[in-house]
Amino acid sequence: MNKRDFLKGAILFFPAGGLLAMARDASGKANGKAYEPASHFYGMGIEIDKCIGCSRCVEACKAENDVPAEPFYFRTWIERYQIRPSGESVVESINVKGRKRDEAADDRDFVRTFFVPKLCNQCAHPPCVQVCPVGATFQTKDGVVLVDKDRCLGCRYCIQACPYGARYLDPRTHTADKCTFCYHRVVKGLQPACVEVCPTGARIFGDLKSRASRLVRFARMNKVHVLKPALNTEPKVYYAQLDGEVR
Amino acid sequence: MKIPEQVQRLAIVVGVLLAVVLIGRFVLLPSRLVARELHQTATIEREVVKPVRYAGSTACADCHDDVVVKKAKGYHKGLACEGCHGPAVKHAEDPGAVKPAAPRDRKFCPVCHAYDPARPTGFPQINVTAHNPLKPCITCHNAHDPVPPRTPRDCAACHGQIERTKAVSSHALLACTTCHATPEQHKRSPRRATPSKPETREFCGGCHAADAPLKTGAIKDAPKVDLGTHGRSYPCWQCHYPHLPEGRS
Repeated sequence: MNKRDFLKGAILFFPAGGLLAMARDASGKANGKAYEPASHFYGMGIEIDKCIGCSRCVEACKAENDVPAEPFYFRTWIERYQIRPSGESVVESINVKGRKRDEAADDRDFVRTFFVPKLCNQCAHPPCVQVCPVGATFQTKDGVVLVDKDRCLGCRYCIQACPYGARYLDPRTHTADKCTFCYHRVVKGLQPACVEVCPTGARIFGDLKSRASRLVRFARMNKVHVLKPALNTEPKVYYAQLDGEVR
Repeated sequence: MKIPEQVQRLAIVVGVLLAVVLIGRFVLLPSRLVARELHQTATIEREVVKPVRYAGSTACADCHDDVVVKKAKGYHKGLACEGCHGPAVKHAEDPGAVKPAAPRDRKFCPVCHAYDPARPTGFPQINVTAHNPLKPCITCHNAHDPVPPRTPRDCAACHGQIERTKAVSSHALLACTTCHATPEQHKRSPRRATPSKPETREFCGGCHAADAPLKTGAIKDAPKVDLGTHGRSYPCWQCHYPHLPEGRS
């Protein structure tokens, strides 16, 4: 290549690049607002004092995500904490049916009692992803931990490793399954089903990368805490008014 | 140099094995199981196309604007339609063919409103056994704009703890309205019109000042203090809990 050819090529090269970029932008605008995972980072806020333990979220989650109907498969569930005068705390999932509930429990039998909704914490450093021997579970760019059910062997290692007990083995596919923050709704701009139906607004969903999001406002207005912070999993489910007994 | 025969045979075996591995790796295995990015993209795509079942309350407002307007003014304004009526995206797509459920029996409302000590204080709860047995909730309450059908009988209906405390105190015979001016609206809309509270030392002094007269109907005279010297200028309720004056804080 001589100098003349090089200069000709250079003159053409830069405008051509610009044109290509413009064409790409235009095509992006043509099919609506293209979803860009890297510009989001999702999390959830839960206000304990607002939870009335009605289990609407649990029902909605099961309906939306086709979770097995048996009352021991949950992507989200609600725990009742009862702190006894002796300091002992009694924890039970109110959604597990058939277990004998302490019906005799009287207001005077405990110091305080409250509900805590639980779900996958979508950790920023997820232990389940670290232990998966086949790399079937991974974190998306927008901060949601997903399971590839084609790749999952069903070895249950992730179920053991999750410090929050958020995973279960789907009896139909024999692969691990868990909360996805309703990924199919979130990418369409909808709220996760549990947030959508919560009657008291105890659950807040939002984008940690947008300062205008409800979650960032929630974290500004409340003193928030996460579950098991000592494990350094960096959960993205933030609890307000979390009692010290919750684990 | 002649290659020994056993080496040649070994080379054939190794070659076949190598060929099997390479064919398996590059021909049989689908590419999304080989490249990490590809298998993750495939998983994300599979998640994204899952069907949405909860349409969201904005979808309901398009047709049912009358209910939405009514609900927006009541206590149930924060509730999503599909919280009670169930997932309704099919109904939103074809309103005639699929009708969402409308719970009308006594089982549904207590899911939220049955008494449970773990529920937050102040959340309206009932004793399901004692509260108008067998009557469906909707005979008295409209779920889109729920209010108590008649106003509560008196203060103790909501302020039971104060009522029970006061009942064993020396203020037992005083009506709540002696100290709290209570607008009638407070019974219907408790937070919109709140009762008054005494604001000055002189209010308690009306009975407890040294020169206060014996109130008509009082069975015994109230203990008297000199307002000028007693407790400096602190408000009375900093030391005395008016609903149980004997128990000093």
